[in-house]
Amino acid sequence: MSQSVVPTGPTTRQHAVRRGVPERLRPLLLLSPALVVVGVFFVGGVAQAVLQSLGRQPFLGETDWSVEAYRATFADPAFRASLTLTLRVVVLSTGLATVLGVAVALLVRRHARGPLTTLLQSTLAVPHLVGALCIGLLLSPSGFVSRLGAGAGLVDGAQDFWVLTNDAFGWGIIAEYTWKEAPFVAVVALAAMTPHVRDLEAAARVLGAGRWRRLTTVTLPLIAPPVAAASVLVASFAAASYEVPRLLGQSFPATLPVVALQRYQDTDLLVRPQAMAVATIIAVLSLTLVAAYLTLVSRLSRRSL
Amino acid sequence: MRGRTSLPGLSGLGSPRGLRATTTVVVVAAVLLPLVPLLVWSVAGTWRYPDVVPGRFTRRGLDLVLDGEVVAATATSLLIAVTVAVLACAIGLSAGRAIGLYRFRGRRLVQFLLLAPVIVPGLAVTLGIQVFFVRYGLADTVLGVVLVQLMPTVPYAATLLGAAYANLDVDYERQARTLGSGPWRTFLTVTVPLLRPALVTTALLTFLISWSEYVLTLLIGGGQVTTLPLLLFAAIGSSDRTAAAALGLLVVLPPVVIVLLVARRLRGRDDAWMGLARG
Repeated sequence: MSQSVVPTGPTTRQHAVRRGVPERLRPLLLLSPALVVVGVFFVGGVAQAVLQSLGRQPFLGETDWSVEAYRATFADPAFRASLTLTLRVVVLSTGLATVLGVAVALLVRRHARGPLTTLLQSTLAVPHLVGALCIGLLLSPSGFVSRLGAGAGLVDGAQDFWVLTNDAFGWGIIAEYTWKEAPFVAVVALAAMTPHVRDLEAAARVLGAGRWRRLTTVTLPLIAPPVAAASVLVASFAAASYEVPRLLGQSFPATLPVVALQRYQDTDLLVRPQAMAVATIIAVLSLTLVAAYLTLVSRLSRRSL
Repeated sequence: MRGRTSLPGLSGLGSPRGLRATTTVVVVAAVLLPLVPLLVWSVAGTWRYPDVVPGRFTRRGLDLVLDGEVVAATATSLLIAVTVAVLACAIGLSAGRAIGLYRFRGRRLVQFLLLAPVIVPGLAVTLGIQVFFVRYGLADTVLGVVLVQLMPTVPYAATLLGAAYANLDVDYERQARTLGSGPWRTFLTVTVPLLRPALVTTALLTFLISWSEYVLTLLIGGGQVTTLPLLLFAAIGSSDRTAAAALGLLVVLPPVVIVLLVARRLRGRDDAWMGLARG
């Protein structure tokens, strides 16, 4: 992995000689503890999910290779409903978080070091588990919004309020992801609005471009790459996260991560390969998005991350 | 006026002052609104529908947070999070040096490997190896939970510390070596102090990831290793909203304090915020 090292830093040739570790092996040596962790838990985890979805049974000695688990999974209408729900949640959450995040960033940019930015940053720190609790207490039929509505005479009772949590569409899940991830997009967008961007906006202004024109032809194109990268991260997370859809969604149809754990916990061990098939599908979906993110980032900066 | 000339852009859209003020209020309200019922429920004794304010307040939530089970779970959470943060920083310091100071073939692959676990939530990945944790006696143990939580934290620490190493002036190390200091002494008395700000930030943020982790703890801890998020999840499932809200506050406070502490250092660092977004 690490041939042809070009040292750029501290490791002068003398040091390498003194230490006795060949220069070109040093990065590998330094990386090895981290690579062991990632290799065993992450790569190993994905590989095991794939193998077990194809019929391998660790420690039971029997391996009966087949794609039956995938066939059964895709033939199951319940799985297709879950896939639809998952994609809907991913697309809507990502879209809303991106649009709202950029809008908020444009709003607060003048006071980028002000209290509003701090507020956005602290929302980012709220664990999704707590976020799910908050959205539940806010949007459930007897939740805070319903109470406010009833107080204002707009809602007749808890039964009269829209079903926004544990609903079939996934509104509660979408609300939580949007609430948590829009500040993330905003923080990234704010970071992208550098003095350089401001200079170009000023230049456009001098050349006679109006506000809207400056926004659409200067500001947005300049912040688009990092914002797009942030959106990809949001999508990848929304596709593979468990707690929020488990708490704010239905058990049928549930999003893919919930389905994976449901099948994994099934007392019938014959369902286990299907759990692994779903896990593999989630991993592939999520990792594709990560690869897309890296491509975006490297195109954007032309340097390594 | 001054702002108008120096900062063009959307900032001055429409009838400036009034519209901006209104939108700002809307944004603040939207961000804070979901936290209001959490705060109110944590002290609500009885809160009948459709009352907007609880009928009776209680300190039951506070008592519950000081209850033996919750204190034990807090201790477990702290133990795991501190251990994970220390290990992640140690491993991340080593990997960060390679990332920040060397150019080598396969660097892109390493980047991908160090990015993916930060972003991809652990469930799909951990289902496949859970059986190995059982086999090797690591399931249902604190050690097993610590090990599995290294998966999201080590890559994150390596990325953050890699960036810190890239900005390190290595001449200081060279001078120490020239003056006769050995490699370990140089590392401890020169490198670590120079990297201290980044190291503190990394420790706090990896602590935070571990503190918030739910599904990995559930899968490997098997319900035997009870951390605060596990208690919180159970409380949300029960109908006791006061208990859930009080636990929720207990879980949310340390992360918010930590982020407020490190926010200034993270300004403009996408990679640092990335780990937080997955919480």
